[in-house]
Amino acid sequence: MKPALFSHLVPTTVQEALEMMGDHAAEARVLAGGQSLVPMMNFRLARPSVLVDLNRIPDLSYIDDRGDYLAVGAMTRERAIENSALVRDACPLVYDATLNIAHLPIRSRGTIGGSISNADPAAEYPATMLALDAVMIAKSGRGERSIPAAEFFEGVLSTTLNSDEILTEIRVPKAPADSGAAFVEICRRHGDFALAGVGAQVTMDGDSVAAVQLAACGVGPGPVRLTEAEAVLRDNSLTNEILSQAEQAASAQVDPDGDAHASAAYRRKLAGVMTKRAVQQAAGRAGGGV
Amino acid sequence: MNDDVRKQTGGYIGQSVPRREDRNLLLGQGEFVADIQLPNMVHAAFARSPLPHATIGDVDTEAARAVDGVCFVASGADVCAELPPINGMQVVTPQGWRDRVDTDILIPDQPLVPEDKVRYVGEAFALAVADSRYIAEDALELIEAELIPLPPLAEAETALATGAVLIHEHLGRNVAAFLHTKKGDGAAAMDACPNRLSRRFVHHRYAAMPMETRGVVAEYDGRTDTLTVWSSTQIVHWVRREISTALDMPEERIRCIAPDVGGGFGGKGHVYPEDILVAWLAKKLDRPVKWVEDRHEHILNAAHSRDNIYDVEIGFDDDGRILAVTSSFLVDSGAYTPVGAGIAGNSIAHMLGPYDIPHYETDCKIVLTNRTPNAPYRGAGRPEVGFAMERAVDLVANHLDLDPAKVRFRNMIPADAMPYEVGLTYRDGVPMVYDSGDYPEALNRALDALGGLDDIRARQKTALAEGKYLGLGIGCYVEGTGVGPFEGASVKIDSTGKIMVAAGACPQGQGHETVFAQFAADMWQVPIEDVFVTVADTGQVTQGYGTIASRSTVTASGAIKIASDTVQEKAFAIAANMLEAGETDLEMRDSGIGVKGVPDMHVTWRDIARAAKPGWDNQRPDGVEAGLESTSYYEPPTVTWAYAANVALVWIDPETGQIDIEKYVEVHDAGLLVNPSLADGQVKGGLVQGLGGGLLEELAYDDQGQLLTGSLADYLLPTASDVPPIEVVHMETPSPLNAFGVKGLGEGGAIAPPVVIANAVCDALRPFKAELNSTPVRWGDVANFFDGATA
Repeated sequence: MKPALFSHLVPTTVQEALEMMGDHAAEARVLAGGQSLVPMMNFRLARPSVLVDLNRIPDLSYIDDRGDYLAVGAMTRERAIENSALVRDACPLVYDATLNIAHLPIRSRGTIGGSISNADPAAEYPATMLALDAVMIAKSGRGERSIPAAEFFEGVLSTTLNSDEILTEIRVPKAPADSGAAFVEICRRHGDFALAGVGAQVTMDGDSVAAVQLAACGVGPGPVRLTEAEAVLRDNSLTNEILSQAEQAASAQVDPDGDAHASAAYRRKLAGVMTKRAVQQAAGRAGGGV
Repeated sequence: MNDDVRKQTGGYIGQSVPRREDRNLLLGQGEFVADIQLPNMVHAAFARSPLPHATIGDVDTEAARAVDGVCFVASGADVCAELPPINGMQVVTPQGWRDRVDTDILIPDQPLVPEDKVRYVGEAFALAVADSRYIAEDALELIEAELIPLPPLAEAETALATGAVLIHEHLGRNVAAFLHTKKGDGAAAMDACPNRLSRRFVHHRYAAMPMETRGVVAEYDGRTDTLTVWSSTQIVHWVRREISTALDMPEERIRCIAPDVGGGFGGKGHVYPEDILVAWLAKKLDRPVKWVEDRHEHILNAAHSRDNIYDVEIGFDDDGRILAVTSSFLVDSGAYTPVGAGIAGNSIAHMLGPYDIPHYETDCKIVLTNRTPNAPYRGAGRPEVGFAMERAVDLVANHLDLDPAKVRFRNMIPADAMPYEVGLTYRDGVPMVYDSGDYPEALNRALDALGGLDDIRARQKTALAEGKYLGLGIGCYVEGTGVGPFEGASVKIDSTGKIMVAAGACPQGQGHETVFAQFAADMWQVPIEDVFVTVADTGQVTQGYGTIASRSTVTASGAIKIASDTVQEKAFAIAANMLEAGETDLEMRDSGIGVKGVPDMHVTWRDIARAAKPGWDNQRPDGVEAGLESTSYYEPPTVTWAYAANVALVWIDPETGQIDIEKYVEVHDAGLLVNPSLADGQVKGGLVQGLGGGLLEELAYDDQGQLLTGSLADYLLPTASDVPPIEVVHMETPSPLNAFGVKGLGEGGAIAPPVVIANAVCDALRPFKAELNSTPVRWGDVANFFDGATA
């Protein structure tokens, strides 16, 4: 369990990193927090011959208020997001999702950009970004482009980033007033990747759901925007009947695989239960409670 | 602590003396195999089979040899040309057991690196040695091995099927052992039972998974023709024996040391090929060689455990009195069976547990398959059989609509029946006699710790009325501990008067140095600081056995006592000479020997040690040999019987099937507790491992013999945040079988949790008549009961 030989490049500016990626695109990988890539390299399942290490680029770590949205630098540690009052107030679903990520030592190394670029189907951030219609900023020597979350995630560990591109910034729309958010998941052990997890942001208009954004993790090849459940909930009161319909809609929409930890059928069921619970919790918080 | 016992022993025994091991560990000064650095050292790595069963064709190592920094590469053929296999019978069962239990045993030898075929995913087929582990692994990738697939024997029942391919052709069958035994009328008694239930119980495969993986460093000194081997093992003397055999070197020229060891739990309790290969490489290459198992290798290649299938029938009367039990079980041994019939022998002996059951019959097949070899892990056959038996007891209760606790009380051996002749033979060849204890009291105390049975049932009823599901799980067991054949210890008085103790025991974190110092300090009436303890070093004790099978407190204390008695006898003779007094007028006191009633007439151990020296002006009486040291061996008459009652309250989430343990209680009796704090830690650690096995940990294979859970991302160990509230209550009924009244306790905690959880969940789901008769208990399966109810 030792990695194959590789070159370790340590840029200190984004520009330098982009040049390195341009030079080595085919054989290079970006090293962010290393929480997934390094184990894969130790198993020799990933064997990049060049690692472009972004950890010495201070310009990639920030959380900025840009009016309608928060801009989060790709190398911002999950722990920094967890500790950010700005994130908690402006993007509470991101905050709540962060609390569900692994354990403190992992959050202290892991980065938001690394998690999103790695696109593990069970990870919290991809589902969160999908639910919130976040926008990914990708840079390369060829320029910069904005990729909506809905167009970013392609499948298991796969994104629409090109091989010479680096995800540099994530733009997360601020939560509307009168909204509440909750990320709910179920894991076999505390801190594990979820068997099923759902992020919900719900805006209430009196007793009625004015807006709802839902996405699930762990129940498909990538994050799943739960459009069917959203449609059930929108403009309706959260009665037991409606919640039950949303639960069933979510279960019906996802298409999980079974593995050693849970059968496909169980994961499908959990997607529904987590949807119901996330919506209930988010709606409760929309009422002013946290 | 039993105050009467403490008064009898006096001093340190019975006190929670802080661990003397912790200073080094807490200061970062521990030394594990991976920490050992020697000049000119090279690193070994093993190419491991990706296939469960394959014929080995051509193995081309040329490209690997050409890698810069590689100093040696060997195929299985290269290894087999120089080294014999490990004898399959690392553990020999005594004639007395083979006479009393019907056995038909054919244990295969294990090649160090096979040349003919590979028999499990992870078995080595070649090795490389290089300047670094990185380079060695690079070289492994260049070995071209032709592995021609054979049909995989992915599980025991496949291997038993008619026409199944043979895994070890020369054995002529895929069964390493058939075992059979009975008590009373055995199966014939079943016909007369008013009620009978038959079920299949499956205890899945999981493993010890110590925090420190295995590892070996070896250094050969050509000038003195000596080998020093550091191995992360529980049995240094076995490792020395097998290296001696394989390399044809005298045992005395091989020193085997287990430095600090980060857990073993049985998984390091036998000799592995790498122990011998690394020693061989060090001698052959004349350079120190290091191999540290990585976690992936450990999961593939270090012994797995459990993996049993039980078909059980239980016969009982209308009051829930159990009249007869029969069981037919399979042990999936994997490709080799390094500890022979040990696990199955334990299962056979432990099925009846704390109950008085007149008729019993069991047969067992130890089945060879294309899985990783199976060896004892904490509990070693007891968690498996305990799961079957304790589930069966609950099913009896359900069948009769009785409380499972009450059925247990009805069947338990009462305290006044002790000592109790079981009517079976233990695997040390001695008829089983439960030596002491109060089994019903243990269960009573356990239930009381949860509020008492009536309170529990009332809470359960209230919960159910609110649509909530609360369950009580019970699991009781007895455990033979302190098994022979022997343990060795050496005791000597240094010329400074300090007591030097060395024991053949070989700890992995238990705190033996502390506990043995407590024993010796009391035996010698000295401050504990004056006792120096060495363990896990063959250079210190000629013959030792090792730390497995809940045995070291019992067996090493016996050996230390015999050695101490021998030395003290001499010391008294010398002291009598020095003090010009009769030996009967002397007593041990104040770090030496004095004349009773005369405070000034006293000589210290230092004085006596100097008087005992060989040479001029010694003060030995005529006929007393020089020196104050003895190496002695304790051969226990048979095992001591620890026991416990485990209970837990669990909540079930009806939507997800999630299981939350409100509280887990174990009432445990291991006789006199030498160090209550360490005993408590042992039991709790075992419980957490048992909960891991019952709920999380799984070595899952697919039907092609591929392991699906090859990293700790998929093999789920319980972490600190997964541990429920646990209460351990200690009873202390001394064993009559040894000088201190001690029993073993290392394994106990791990035995009951899987069945306690299963019983608790089934108890919570009684409205659905739920049965969970296999491990691990899966939330998804639990959730299905609710779906069935609403469908």
